[in-house]
Amino acid sequence: MAIREQYVIPKKYNTLSIILMAVGILSLVLLYITHGAASGNTEEASHERARFWASLLTNSVYFLLVVNAAMFFICATTLAWGGWQMSFRRVSEAISACVPVMAVIAFIVLMALVFGGDHTLYHWTDDEHVKHDAALLHKSGFLSKTFFTVWTVITLVGWILLGKKVRSHSRRIDDKPLALPEAKKYIWNGTVWSAAYLALFGLTVMSTIPWLWLMSLDAHWYSTMFSWYTFASSFVAGVALITLFVVFLKNNNYLEFTTREHLHDLGKFQFAFSIFWTYLWYSQFMLIWYANIPEETVYFEPRLQGAYRGLFFLNLIINFLAPLLLLMRRGSKRNYGTITMLSVMILFGHWIDFYQMVFPSISPDHVPNMLFDFGIALGFVGLIMFVTARSLTKAPLIAKNHPFLKESIVHHT
Amino acid sequence: MPIKKFVVGNFYDEQVLFPAIKNVRKTGYKIHDVYTPFPIHGLDTAMGLRDTSLHTAGFIYGITGTATAFSFITWVFTSDWPMNIGGKPFFSLPAWIPIMFELTVLFAAVGMVLTFCYLCQLAPFVKKDHFNLRSTDDTFTMAIELNERSNEQEIVSYLQSVGAQDVSVQLKETGWWLGRYDKEQKLYNHQVEVAG
Repeated sequence: MAIREQYVIPKKYNTLSIILMAVGILSLVLLYITHGAASGNTEEASHERARFWASLLTNSVYFLLVVNAAMFFICATTLAWGGWQMSFRRVSEAISACVPVMAVIAFIVLMALVFGGDHTLYHWTDDEHVKHDAALLHKSGFLSKTFFTVWTVITLVGWILLGKKVRSHSRRIDDKPLALPEAKKYIWNGTVWSAAYLALFGLTVMSTIPWLWLMSLDAHWYSTMFSWYTFASSFVAGVALITLFVVFLKNNNYLEFTTREHLHDLGKFQFAFSIFWTYLWYSQFMLIWYANIPEETVYFEPRLQGAYRGLFFLNLIINFLAPLLLLMRRGSKRNYGTITMLSVMILFGHWIDFYQMVFPSISPDHVPNMLFDFGIALGFVGLIMFVTARSLTKAPLIAKNHPFLKESIVHHT
Repeated sequence: MPIKKFVVGNFYDEQVLFPAIKNVRKTGYKIHDVYTPFPIHGLDTAMGLRDTSLHTAGFIYGITGTATAFSFITWVFTSDWPMNIGGKPFFSLPAWIPIMFELTVLFAAVGMVLTFCYLCQLAPFVKKDHFNLRSTDDTFTMAIELNERSNEQEIVSYLQSVGAQDVSVQLKETGWWLGRYDKEQKLYNHQVEVAG
């Protein structure tokens, strides 16, 4: 079979990604003019500014975690000695190449929030206030500017460097077939680097990072489930993003070895992790609902009974009921149209999920106009499209010398 | 179960079995079944078997479980024996979801296992006959069903030509019957449907 190894970016694709980025920048500028530029030290002004920054925080953190989930996907399958993903592994590698760009954006936003002088989003950055707040004082070892900054830097640099290492490890054998002893060593090395990445991933996305970046918006409230739940959210969205790129490349006659069997397995991932997300979401919700302690239920009050009630149930419908019922059938996981539609829906649904994690803490009484936030989200989508496509052109689309490639070619669900 | 007549061939290699299945089907002979000691990927597709409906059955069992749990708990806690638990409303759905989930899993799992056993005709004391005992060990056995118009000799030589070994003609009762396979050798029903 003739293999098209080299990806060429279609013109239309480029134009679309640039248009989306333009939409994003336009929304950003508009939101800045209407909200972000509010001056003065009044509470109202800082609230207006918080509306602007909350939008940036939601989008930059969400899309950073989603592209980072692509690297998690690679490392988890590598560590499990999976072979089925080899035929499209380069796609997830390309998506994970967006991590440095997204990390820089998210870092700028986070640092602006911590050191910007406004405390509406992160109350705990207000030293004067923390002094008189027993709960925040108690947490100040964890929720302090120093720890936040140091840990964020370590996390982002770790993701970038280890991700780069895993990618370059994959590209190293592109022009030299391996003999058996070398191949064994190669697989072992890949396992070690993936394990290192996963260890960092476990210490960051699965535990501390969502606590610091998102949960500390409600500084008094805490939930140990929160990070797991955020991880599940970003991972299922990450698999949806990988699926979208795989379908896109298949439609452009690339990825000859990727078949419906692989699509079926990606669909299973989306199905299973949608349910996993629900399980974690519900575990967090039910314990708080059952115990009914005011300091815990405060989180769900605006979401379940206040202005965010609609989004709260929309979140459950899009991210649980729809994938459960629509992805249950074998046929729908193997159908390009259905799986594309559901991937887009899941990406949007988990964006909504992140939205309702962030916004109720700055605007509990009414849901802000989501149009601007959605515009900025489109800008990030454009950026991901742009960077991923550029990264796809830099390496052959199929790691043809990888020892496990054959396993992927003959893969059968 | 009526007794039918089969031409039975043994295959020693997957690489021979798959083209043989394709050719036998193309020629128009009716494959009764192919017996293998282990699952072979793609065999069902090659034999042209339809997808199993076990999942549909599982889905129905599952929602039956959900509905059972939901309706029963609703009846108990809202009309039969309402209890005030931590000041929660009598109808408090979040507390019931774990039970609804458990019953969904229980009904689906038990129902699917029983359905699977029924479909495979597996039960204690149910006897099934073998076409060739080696199909439980190291060979793949294909049985072609004959009818009144079949030319027995033609099928035997055809099966040999596509690579089958130890081809034989057997009279078998294909359904199940009650009894112990190791003790009773007598078939349940001796009525022969296809005359030899």
